[in-house]
Amino acid sequence: MTIVNDAVDAVIVGLGWTGSIMSIELAKAGLKVRALESGPERTNAEHVYPKPADQLGYSVRQKVFAKASKAALTVRHDRSQTALPTRRWGAFKPGDGVGGAGVHWTAVLIRPTPTDLKLKTFADQAYKPGQLQDDLQIQDFPVSYDELEPHFDFFEKVCGASGATGNLRGQIQPGGDPFEGPRSNPYPMPPLQDTLNTTMFAGVAKKMGYHPFPNPSAAVSGPWTNPYGVQLAPCNYCGFCSDYFCLNYSKASPQTTILDAVKRMPNFSYRTDSHVIRVDLHDDRKTAKGVTYIDDKGQEVFQPANIVILASFQFNNVRLMLQSGIGAPYDPATGEGVVGRNYAFLSNGNATLFFKDKNFNPFVSAGPTGQMINDFSPGTFDAAPFGFIGGAKLHSSQAGGAPIGMSLPAGTPSWGAGWKKGIKDWYGHSMKISITTTCMSYRDNYLDLDPTYKDPYGQPLLRMTFDWKQNELKLQQFLRDKVLAIVKELGPDSYTESFLKPDAHWDTTSYISTHNVGGAVMGDTPKDSAINKYLQSWDVHNVFVPGGNAFPQNFQANPTDMLGALSYYSVKAITEQYIKKPGPLVAA
Amino acid sequence: MKYTSFAAGAVLAASVFYALPAHAQQPDADTAQIAKGAYLARAGDCVACHTAPGGKPFAGGLVIDSDVGRIVSTNITPDRNHGIGAYTEAQFSAALRDGIRSDGAHLYPAMPYSSYSNVTDEDVHALYAYFMKGVAPAADVPAKTVLHFPFSQRWGMVLWNAAFADTRRFQPDPKASAEFNRGAYLVEGLGHCGSCHTPRGIAMQENGSDASSASFLTGGELNGWPVPSLRGSTAASKGFVTWSEAEIVDYLGTGRNAHAAVGGEMKPAVEHSLSYLTDPDLRAIAIYLKGIAARTASTTATAGKTAATTAKLSAARDLTPGERLYLDNCNACHFVGGQGAARVFPSLDGASIVNAESPTGLIRTILGGAATPSTSRSPSILPMPGFAYRLSDQEVADLASFVRSGWTNQATAVTASQVGTIRATLGAH
Ligand SMILES: Cc1cc2nc3c(=O)[nH]c(=O)nc-3n(C[C@H](O)[C@H](O)[C@H](O)COP(=O)(O)OP(=O)(O)OC[C@H]3O[C@@H](n4cnc5c(N)ncnc54)[C@H](O)[C@@H]3O)c2cc1C
Repeated sequence: MTIVNDAVDAVIVGLGWTGSIMSIELAKAGLKVRALESGPERTNAEHVYPKPADQLGYSVRQKVFAKASKAALTVRHDRSQTALPTRRWGAFKPGDGVGGAGVHWTAVLIRPTPTDLKLKTFADQAYKPGQLQDDLQIQDFPVSYDELEPHFDFFEKVCGASGATGNLRGQIQPGGDPFEGPRSNPYPMPPLQDTLNTTMFAGVAKKMGYHPFPNPSAAVSGPWTNPYGVQLAPCNYCGFCSDYFCLNYSKASPQTTILDAVKRMPNFSYRTDSHVIRVDLHDDRKTAKGVTYIDDKGQEVFQPANIVILASFQFNNVRLMLQSGIGAPYDPATGEGVVGRNYAFLSNGNATLFFKDKNFNPFVSAGPTGQMINDFSPGTFDAAPFGFIGGAKLHSSQAGGAPIGMSLPAGTPSWGAGWKKGIKDWYGHSMKISITTTCMSYRDNYLDLDPTYKDPYGQPLLRMTFDWKQNELKLQQFLRDKVLAIVKELGPDSYTESFLKPDAHWDTTSYISTHNVGGAVMGDTPKDSAINKYLQSWDVHNVFVPGGNAFPQNFQANPTDMLGALSYYSVKAITEQYIKKPGPLVAA
Repeated sequence: MKYTSFAAGAVLAASVFYALPAHAQQPDADTAQIAKGAYLARAGDCVACHTAPGGKPFAGGLVIDSDVGRIVSTNITPDRNHGIGAYTEAQFSAALRDGIRSDGAHLYPAMPYSSYSNVTDEDVHALYAYFMKGVAPAADVPAKTVLHFPFSQRWGMVLWNAAFADTRRFQPDPKASAEFNRGAYLVEGLGHCGSCHTPRGIAMQENGSDASSASFLTGGELNGWPVPSLRGSTAASKGFVTWSEAEIVDYLGTGRNAHAAVGGEMKPAVEHSLSYLTDPDLRAIAIYLKGIAARTASTTATAGKTAATTAKLSAARDLTPGERLYLDNCNACHFVGGQGAARVFPSLDGASIVNAESPTGLIRTILGGAATPSTSRSPSILPMPGFAYRLSDQEVADLASFVRSGWTNQATAVTASQVGTIRATLGAH
């Protein structure tokens, strides 16, 4: 028998980054809000110093990641293949539990550029017809940089963003990114400290005419109290950031920026170990009446709600929409349907430079420690002659110094005494120069429900059909040349490289980044998007879907600054317009 | 779902209403009095003693194991049979300010009526309105208080009162500012700060109930925690006397400031009482406390010593065991200068808990950890880990001895057996 909870105004599915933002803002507007989180509670007290400084437990054994046994999906490269379930996280590492992936992210907090948000318009101007792949399905975001700017600004204050301002209200500032969109305010906090690798990289980049700037960071450079009164402590460069719960409450996360404030509000409540299996619709299928979840005792519970917010991470949001019949599923054969359409990811690549006589002290670092250049993002250079669209952040980061899996010079044995000697000789003597790239959307990179595999709740797994396209492989070759030119300037004793070969396929087993996007994208019309500019479902108007799913394709910037800004943009429309006059906020 | 059913959504309407203060829901003439009484009850922190852990507010049952025996707090909800619902305002006033129950029996001075005696008639009236109409009645019957002889003799309280109880009403100092007097009223009265901060005499009485007494608010020890002097006459309070008014306000209102974070018995006082006070009342308290603090220069300036400790920790060579333990366990947050970071990591240099004559508070914090309280002004619960699971008694002793002598600190060394005694009381291993 299904248990029925007391009704709420808004139910939030997932209490990670976007769910936390939606929760506090809706609760502040006076709504009765309940968040349902699939995973366990996670608090600062539980992951207190020095417990998270444990590479084996947190990074290798994936302590705070979603459990693959519960949250797996199936993957394949193309429609001719049979997709198989992921049994261990590889290319991406979704989170679960309170805080979501916001607990173990790296905390590079960077905005997309104005061009990134209007990529289709840019492509139409910068490329001649036929110059680009014809199965490309790129689109503009239905919001502009200027519309989102106040929300980037606010989210960065929530996080205590630490960086060097590059463009203050149109004035280019020394030391920042000259290609960024104009900021209404400087970064709340100064950038993190540099390390040897970042100084070397920035020096050479400048010499070569590039414009290096410190990685924008949500690990704070000093004590910070945010607009909710919640506090972050100065980062102490402990080196346990990406994959870890921050032991020092220095890295912005839902825990360190929002949760202690929203938990105090009497009109907010949350349940952990509560896994939502579907959104329940009214008979006319125009509105949802709530969600059904499986609670910590394995019982089915119905949570009535007037507004449903899907904030369960990009691919979980898409899956819940498919399971609940919200919007038409995408069919790559016909190009019809929108849910599952335009799944995109990202690629990376790097060169590792070995210097016998330099000590990089990699154990002294924050996740975002690094310098980058934005000289190769769409619109800052001319990619048309090379036949691709896109770009990358090109950076030298030093996100941590944990030893398992460290890079070794070519020719070092991969096991035994020789390997041990290699580790001893080379720990701390290498640095990296890396790329984090854009990824376009294509007709047959998409998501749907797997016909075979089910999760422990009896629900079909999400199936991911994805592979690299010529556009991305050309981009990699182009960027490889740029990276190797910098390597040459730096003159290491030796180096190794890892870039996609021109015939590469997506490798699901090695980590790239958890920047999965698309699948329920935002747009101007229900023909090519599942949600409107306020992240509201075109089909079921009381369902809102904040997450990476909203991106029509992926830009080179990390996604979370955009996710925060979009969430604030959406929740403003909900509290100022929707609750007064429920209905579609944009005419279809 | 129909469009209209949503627009008229009962839940939405109810919860918007719900977000309003509770008293807005019953608009009778008493509303303002009840709200005022609720505020004063916060100032008096009645809820702290009169609520059992996890129990109904004000239904009593909190057990205080003290030197004089086992005191159990009573039900002060407006339940007519089990609480104070049958009390007249005069009876309520007698209990609150004179320590006399409605049946004429004398209360034990765990109830700080010696302080509450300062409360004005007007405020008693508001408190009475709140306790009769603003608190939910509960029929709970808490266990009986069991005291050792001679404290078990309630009649003895007559003598005790005659000797020690101060039942005078508050007298403002005509020469002082209104703010100073407001601060004095709160500190000496409802705030009953002296209950912890004034040393007690032979019969458990507080030695002094206002600033005219030299020992008033000069600290001591309470339940194994050193209580800092607020008068500035001991080394342990050198931190406090240097705080600005604004820093005192920040500390009382949020449980943290640029130097310190609240710990021990002061944490619930901030969490349940002081953090609810208005900015002007907190400022009044700060003005009063600064006004009554003696400006005796505490220990001699030791800038050179601070630099030496910082340099030694930075170089990290030839370390003593205590210094090494500090680097391995404390330095990540408190840093080589021992200064921590404003409002998140307390300073260890000059801290009262570090410099207290008795090291018990420091040892307890190292073993058991600490966390800031969540308050409306500063919601963050920022934990410090307990190290009991990874440091031996000797290691804690070495570490605490170093911290007590590093930078400008000049307190005595700690022994492993002191640590062992405290570890046993914490149930840690
Ligand atoms: C190792 C790593 C490094 C990263 N580094 C960066 C970076 O440097 N910069 C950047 O911008 N981004 C980074 N990211 C990405 C960033 O973490 C995400 O963009 C962000 O957390 C997404 O927010 P979200 O709210 O969509 O999802 P999450 O924060 O993941 O929250 C989703 C929540 O929903 C819950 N949930 C899922 N399904 C259900 C269900 N059915 N019912 C109930 N609850 C459910 C999940 O358990 C989870 O708690 C990184 C991610 C990882 C993993």
